[in-house]
Amino acid sequence: MLLGWVTLYQSLAPFAAWFTYSLLGLTRGSHLGAAVEFFVYESPKVLLLLTLIVFGVGIVRTFFTPERTRRILSGRRESVGNVLGALLGIVTPFCSCSAVPLFIGFVTTGVPLGVTFSFLVSAPMVNEVALVLLFGLFGWKVAGLYLVTGLVIAIVAGWGIGRLRMEKHVEDWVYATKPGAAGADEELDWPARIRAGGDAVKDIVGRVWFYVLIGIAVGAGIHGYVPENFMASIMGKDAWWSVPLAVLLGVPMYSNAAGIIPIVQALLGKGAALGTVLAFMMSVIALSLPEAIILRKVLKPRLIATFFGVVALGIMLVGFLFNYIM
Amino acid sequence: MKLQILGTGCAKCNALMQATEQAAQALGLQYELEKVSDLKQIMAFGVMTTPALVVDGQVKVSGKVPALVELKAILQPMK
Repeated sequence: MLLGWVTLYQSLAPFAAWFTYSLLGLTRGSHLGAAVEFFVYESPKVLLLLTLIVFGVGIVRTFFTPERTRRILSGRRESVGNVLGALLGIVTPFCSCSAVPLFIGFVTTGVPLGVTFSFLVSAPMVNEVALVLLFGLFGWKVAGLYLVTGLVIAIVAGWGIGRLRMEKHVEDWVYATKPGAAGADEELDWPARIRAGGDAVKDIVGRVWFYVLIGIAVGAGIHGYVPENFMASIMGKDAWWSVPLAVLLGVPMYSNAAGIIPIVQALLGKGAALGTVLAFMMSVIALSLPEAIILRKVLKPRLIATFFGVVALGIMLVGFLFNYIM
Repeated sequence: MKLQILGTGCAKCNALMQATEQAAQALGLQYELEKVSDLKQIMAFGVMTTPALVVDGQVKVSGKVPALVELKAILQPMK
């Protein structure tokens, strides 16, 4: 099966060229030709990568339940706890609709507030879909940078919130909640883990494929029609204000990694600076208004504002850093 | 038997509710279905991921919507 996957993957580039220029008869180097080739090549490529990784991650995640993660984090000192929380955020299965019960479950059983936040920042931001798309569209360097800086932001933001001693800004009833004892983890055998991988593919790929295609289509349009270096003036290195602006624009935009990354790729290709684009992407994925509204149930406004402020600051620093060193 | 669906009202919670009802009806169970959306009550079950299915006070499923076959297998022995 893996062999078939590899063969398919490798035949994509010649197929896209043949489809665009021979079958459709478009002219090489034309706007439409470039856009169509981009779309025909990138869509199956990204979907193939996504399927493979989501399957793998689906299996890995059967080893990390939220209950186990909580046991690992419970009673940890800060700093070490922040690092572990951020790392576990990558592999623990997590959906934003569970953010509130998870938050309560963590803080009421001895996971420090800052460590909980490290987890809550890293879980949506450093996710497998984002990493796959970055790897597929930009290569391992950018994917690696994203992974490392995403982790650092999660660690530092959580640590900072812990230092600020903001426990009193958690809604009072949260700490008064007596969580029931969690049931024992179910022991899974390998066929069950592989089934879980298959379920993850059905669930995640089934949910995001459409956004991926829309994102790639918009990306294809930019790729084919927006002039080279057009973005350099508004999203380029020299425009320092572009980083904070990108973060601000990203907060109200609520999209998943799948929809935003192909657009980001096209922007980069037209001269936008990597740091600015990275900041935009992180802000879209990690900070969202719906999430703030959900968290309002357990956090007082000041803590929500601090949470958003600290994470936004971290993202901006990453943006500036990359614009400076690249 | 008493079936409770724990969840704060996301799409998956409704999906689990429907699937559970379907499974229970297919098995011809005598049941009473309740939706629990109060966070304190949800936490009291020790559940951290929603949606969750509780059968006669015991958490049987959490954090996912199992396939109909699986739900039936969970409910079958309770008959």
